[in-house]
Amino acid sequence: MKLQKSTRIALCSILEAATDPSRQVSAASIADKYGVSPHHLAKVLRQLGRAGLVESARGVGGGYRFSGNAKRLTLMDVIDIFEDIAATPAEGGDKEYATDVGPAISRVFAEIDETARATFRSITLATMLKLIAREQRTAQHSKATARNALPARVLG
Amino acid sequence: MRPVGRPQRPTQTSVTRGAPPDACAGVRVRPVEPGDLDRIIAIDAEVTGIEKVDYWYEMLHRYGSRGRQQRFFLVAEANRSLQGFIIGEVRDWEFGSAPSGWVFGINVRPEARLAGIGTRLLEAITECFRRAGVSSVRTLLARDNHLLMSFFRSHGMMAAPFIALEYDLE
Repeated sequence: MKLQKSTRIALCSILEAATDPSRQVSAASIADKYGVSPHHLAKVLRQLGRAGLVESARGVGGGYRFSGNAKRLTLMDVIDIFEDIAATPAEGGDKEYATDVGPAISRVFAEIDETARATFRSITLATMLKLIAREQRTAQHSKATARNALPARVLG
Repeated sequence: MRPVGRPQRPTQTSVTRGAPPDACAGVRVRPVEPGDLDRIIAIDAEVTGIEKVDYWYEMLHRYGSRGRQQRFFLVAEANRSLQGFIIGEVRDWEFGSAPSGWVFGINVRPEARLAGIGTRLLEAITECFRRAGVSSVRTLLARDNHLLMSFFRSHGMMAAPFIALEYDLE
């Protein structure tokens, strides 16, 4: 399962905003940080706004503020706004499904997708924010360890 | 993750419905006692819809004795009433895994949820595991049990390096 670009932008944007719901996050800063087109990001933010997950404020110092409930909102809730990853066995008009191997392959893919969906449904934004903080602490710790391991001469 | 090489036990479920915000104040977590069993059976039956009297007597027998080093059966008490329980044990070298703590049962009365009681229980058993010398805690959940999966994930649990498999006996 590969999420569409809009979905991935939405997840990054909403996590940026949810980090501090009292703070307005500018679209420009999100676009810059994640290397996405401002035009594409604006469309995504509008969709998040329509879903009631962000509020926008115009003018100087304007931007987007998270307006959802981070403890209740799951990654799946956000994904659902942009694409449908509900259980859909690969049948439809696919010719391969009509073969003798098609259903077996389809079953394996369905198993993978079901696990992915369960994962998205079980992770709230609050849990993601904790995970982000933990990853940051780990990265800082690794940096500090590496710095301490350097010979004094290198550190100058 | 389903335990390996042992008889399967159902993972009990837990978490939400709703308690007053201060419901967690005055919660005491302690080892189970024989007198708790009726309440445990009732909580389990309320949540799962199945009354499993024999099962819980067996669990008390196997996990309930004080002084066990690797098996833990704890209850949470508030307002002189039992609100929830948690069961787990240290399992050694199953499928090559270093000893780890396994949580295979957790339940909180639906009316007492969202008040941190599940968290208190999980923290307490985690401390038991830590004292037993293990450095990881695992559990196994139904894939569609989003509520309980969210609970464990909110405490930092991630996918374990195992995959649960099964087949139907025809």
